[in-house]
Amino acid sequence: MSVKVILFGKLAEIAGSSVSVAKAADTDGLIQALHKDYPALTSAKYVIAVDKQIINGNTELNKNSTVALLPPFSGG
Amino acid sequence: MNDQNLYERYHRQIILPEFGEEGQEKLLAAKVLVIGAGGLGCPALQYLVAAGIGTIGIVDDDVVALNNLHRQVLYSVNDIGLSKAERAADILQKLNPGIKIISYQERLVNQNSLVLFEEYDIIIDGTDNFSTRYMINDACVLLNKPLVYGAISQFEGQVSLFRNKNEDDVNYRDIFPDPPKDGEVLNCAEAGVLGVLPGIIGTMMANETIKLIAGIGEALVNQLFTYNALNNQVYTLNLTARKETRSLIPKDEKEFLRTDYIWLCASPIQQAEIDIDIFNSMIAKGNVDVIDVRELHEVPTVNEFDHIRIPLAQLSDNTSKIKAENVIAFCQSGKRSLQATKILSGIFGAGKKVYSLRGGIVEWKKQKQTV
Repeated sequence: MSVKVILFGKLAEIAGSSVSVAKAADTDGLIQALHKDYPALTSAKYVIAVDKQIINGNTELNKNSTVALLPPFSGG
Repeated sequence: MNDQNLYERYHRQIILPEFGEEGQEKLLAAKVLVIGAGGLGCPALQYLVAAGIGTIGIVDDDVVALNNLHRQVLYSVNDIGLSKAERAADILQKLNPGIKIISYQERLVNQNSLVLFEEYDIIIDGTDNFSTRYMINDACVLLNKPLVYGAISQFEGQVSLFRNKNEDDVNYRDIFPDPPKDGEVLNCAEAGVLGVLPGIIGTMMANETIKLIAGIGEALVNQLFTYNALNNQVYTLNLTARKETRSLIPKDEKEFLRTDYIWLCASPIQQAEIDIDIFNSMIAKGNVDVIDVRELHEVPTVNEFDHIRIPLAQLSDNTSKIKAENVIAFCQSGKRSLQATKILSGIFGAGKKVYSLRGGIVEWKKQKQTV
């Protein structure tokens, strides 16, 4: 089962604007896998959304889930 | 709306059935404060002024620079070096002489934000740094003021409307609870920005404001709109208020005034800096070793408080002289003592709390003289 991940802002420069992560049962597992593949993400600041809903804490994923990683922007 | 001139000016929006004369009257009665007359502020202001918002405040302490002009299209080369708030007010007043425009050429800080926000119905955040953004958010939550939020980076922008009316209304801290530290996220000067992007995002902010005042359409409440100018992708996230958020926001105005938003966004090394008041109160409390890291021959000499003299170069070999749980280093201006905190934090780790006196002994002596 693979999960689609969309990345915004500077995160897209690290991992590309969209990646597919194989075998991720929940968001914790997904983030672990992403950190392994893209170590620069470890020090980045972002929030996680599952199917367009921002989550707090570990959240279960299914095969149709889309996960978005969104960094804060300060520019004006 | 008896004035024929007003009717003529706003005719094309008055004839919209959803908007009508009633919508126009609401706009003319509204007071909107725009913070930052930069990339987002300029387009937002142009449309708000043109649409006939009755009273508009503009806060900005910055001056126009040549590298602003590719995106801050209100200004021209003749404005370089002049106050953004004042130039924006002048230029915009010519666009619409019938409304009241007030410029505040000052930096928004805790003290003036509460006073200013009270005067307005809606606050628009077009600032360019996290410390001000978190301060504006918290002030709006405290005062129950609607906040139109917009932010940009490179090719992407975010927009939302934080209504701050009901308990379950989302605010900025429901999305990003804590400010990022200095260096975790790049600003526009470091990351760059496509000139047209703030034009799009700032205009959307004006649109959200106008809809909110006129009471038409659907607001971006409890939603975060994101836009990518490179591929035209729009992604809208749904937001829900979090219980924990309220504990991050100062609980009253007194606590708000005490909150140091610059400190919250500073890197850990900058956090080690303490000001003269805190320095004096820490000495009075005790359990602190004060270290003069200047060379032994340096003046002024200090005999007002107990301290140990260990010059910076010898610091790492003499840490056994430091016994107390709290350590404050000072030097002439505060630079070497900041280096000293790095060295000492590296040696002591979590075992001791290490601080540096901001401004050094020179500032400390100066303040003592004036007291």
